[in-house]
Amino acid sequence: MSITPEHPAALDRRAVLRRAAAVGVLATPAIGLLGACATSGSDGDNEQVAGGTKSEKNPLGVKEDAAIEVVIFNGGYGEKYATDVHEPLYKKAFPKAEVKHQATQAVSTVLQPRFASGNPPEFVNNSGEKLMDFGALVADGQLQDLTELWDAPSVDDPTKKVRDTVVPGTIEAGSFNGKPFVLYYVSTVFGIWYSGKLFKDNGWAPAKNWDEFIALLTKIKAKGITPYGYAGANAAYYQWNVILTHAAKIGGTDVLKNIDNLEDGAWQQDAVKQAATAWAEVGAKFSDKSFEGLKHTDVQLRQNQYKVALYPSGDWLEGEQKKDTPAGFDYQLMPVPSMSASDKLPATALRATAGEGYFVSAKSKNPKGGLEYMRQMLSTAGAKGFTEVVKAPTVVTAGSEGFAFPPGVASSQAALKAAGQDVFNLYFDGWYKELDTEARTATNELMFGRINADAFVERIQKRADAIKKDSSVTKFKR
Amino acid sequence: MRHGKYPFVIGFLFAPVALYVTFVIWPYAQAFQISMTNWRGLSAPQWVGFDNYRRLLDDGAFWKAVQHHGVLLLALPLITIAIALFFAFLLNVGGKSSGGQRQGVWGAKFYRVVFFFPQVLAVAIIAVLFQMVYRPNESGLINGVLMKFGIEPILFLVKPNLALWSIIAVLVWQAVGFYVVLFSAGMASIPGEIYEAAEMDGATKVTLFFRVTLPLLWDTLQVAWVYLGIAAFDAFAIVAVLSVDGGGPDGATTVLAMEIYRNAFVYSKYGYASAMGVALFFLTLTFAALTLRLTKRESVEY
Repeated sequence: MSITPEHPAALDRRAVLRRAAAVGVLATPAIGLLGACATSGSDGDNEQVAGGTKSEKNPLGVKEDAAIEVVIFNGGYGEKYATDVHEPLYKKAFPKAEVKHQATQAVSTVLQPRFASGNPPEFVNNSGEKLMDFGALVADGQLQDLTELWDAPSVDDPTKKVRDTVVPGTIEAGSFNGKPFVLYYVSTVFGIWYSGKLFKDNGWAPAKNWDEFIALLTKIKAKGITPYGYAGANAAYYQWNVILTHAAKIGGTDVLKNIDNLEDGAWQQDAVKQAATAWAEVGAKFSDKSFEGLKHTDVQLRQNQYKVALYPSGDWLEGEQKKDTPAGFDYQLMPVPSMSASDKLPATALRATAGEGYFVSAKSKNPKGGLEYMRQMLSTAGAKGFTEVVKAPTVVTAGSEGFAFPPGVASSQAALKAAGQDVFNLYFDGWYKELDTEARTATNELMFGRINADAFVERIQKRADAIKKDSSVTKFKR
Repeated sequence: MRHGKYPFVIGFLFAPVALYVTFVIWPYAQAFQISMTNWRGLSAPQWVGFDNYRRLLDDGAFWKAVQHHGVLLLALPLITIAIALFFAFLLNVGGKSSGGQRQGVWGAKFYRVVFFFPQVLAVAIIAVLFQMVYRPNESGLINGVLMKFGIEPILFLVKPNLALWSIIAVLVWQAVGFYVVLFSAGMASIPGEIYEAAEMDGATKVTLFFRVTLPLLWDTLQVAWVYLGIAAFDAFAIVAVLSVDGGGPDGATTVLAMEIYRNAFVYSKYGYASAMGVALFFLTLTFAALTLRLTKRESVEY
């Protein structure tokens, strides 16, 4: 055995090691490759098809034999409503046109490269965890202006414009700076859900104001059931939604408008602070610390097992939990309770919107075809068919009539009716994803007791201010 | 034959080098280019110079991630190598000697296979498995047992000061098996006579380990250190799947790749994300260069 100095020329272990390490370095930040999908070949090398002749049956002037490509997010609503209802409707109207169907669970993964290379599909259901940023798409001129669609005569009654066949607020929900770009199709009502059976068995009643609510939570806690909870691991926005809904009821809908418009000090408005203080108390006294580590499906399952009494969500909840809901569970919705008699909005007020976004690509080959596809979706037959397949109400007023909804959706539809004109919505999460992320993080910090309401509004305000100053982010107003 | 050598070599190298340049070098170069733009993933990017890098300087999440890489860089290699060395020593030379040949502990062959199991599983599956292990209620593997004994559940991934260590534990668990095998191979190539001679001189097992095994394994240790260091700059899959709220709570477990992912695929800020990618590239490069420099020492030949 001898100890020799490293031999300089030969390919010794050290040299191999050094080279191996270099390769390792090059292989690691593979994420650096994300730009690999080229920035070069963009901007419409796409020849658009000429328009067809306008007629009563074809008010948008679609070329009758031009193909359209439909991409559907295969999530909670599946893809069956498209293949069995909407696509056949389009085929029926234009028998010579080919309808190409594609379904995916990762919209942006599949479509980002297509947009970057200037060859997007005509019609897209942009939804799910991997949806593409609507704000970025709008800012980039990728979305077709839907004004033409909303002003077109409807399929069922040519004397009525499409815009008059949908529930109020639908067009606004999909508008950016006043221009409609997105069709939100599914009527969505937000609130706090409970089991009708659990409440009936225990003689509990849904609360209308804050004192009743706290009394209710206390009673539930005494019974050994976790009174209230949401999933911190991935669904914190269910809870900021409750806090902001509460804030809107306290201070009026302008509270939310200011937040959406990134007004100075919007998050520090008194109403937001009051709501945050109230809910922080619920988090501290009536929830379970372990929920921060649970996913939404975990907490929802616990509610189905009668271990959690109240859970905030939208009215997709009942459909989502269908497999796990025990017989007789009887989902019921209660609007977020009001704070006091001095609230600006009544106790019945709630947040409702149209959900599940669809758009037509402006730079696709056949954008007119995409608009026509939407017009077919918005026909009574299209809406009824959708509701029958997925058991969810659409924004088409005539589509839900006479349909026997399951108890949860029936109760949310009843609550929506009871709210009358006091229905509001908020948009900042779709416009500014970063603000959504910050609000989620801050909500977990607040609800699981690491910060107080003052720190909560302060840190979100800080991020909102930063976004306001950031020139690379396109701003929206309502 | 001598004068025809270069065309011959070049002919063979052309295809792999062309592939490597197209699919590895070129995207890297492009990432540098994109990092100087405000590209949002759709239309042509606009040049913004060093704006993205300036913005990095006051991005709290970025610095948090860098800090976590610092912790990972120290903890992951140290803990993994220590455990792997201990196990490898037991498996190879920790047992009785028979016929002058050092043996591992009883059942060493079986253990070697078991230790390697985690390496066979996909990272995402490991993360999902540990979701079950760490689950903060009665259905969690650890907390289920604790709660049976009436102990309060431990909120592994939720407590800000515990979350990162819970993640590190998973990374270590996953890595140890591979390094046990690597060190075992290294130990197998150490001649038995050296151990025999040392033992005759009255060396204990501890002395054997520190005076014989460790110095003769130096090269292998270096490889392990560099690889684990590089792994510490990644950790994306485990953090993305396992942590609360994507690198939470409140960024307590975030890593650079997580922030890059968020900026690129959630906020559509590809330019800014690329700037982070470039920063990560240089961090990794600096680490590898430093490690090789610092661990440079004369190797022992036998």
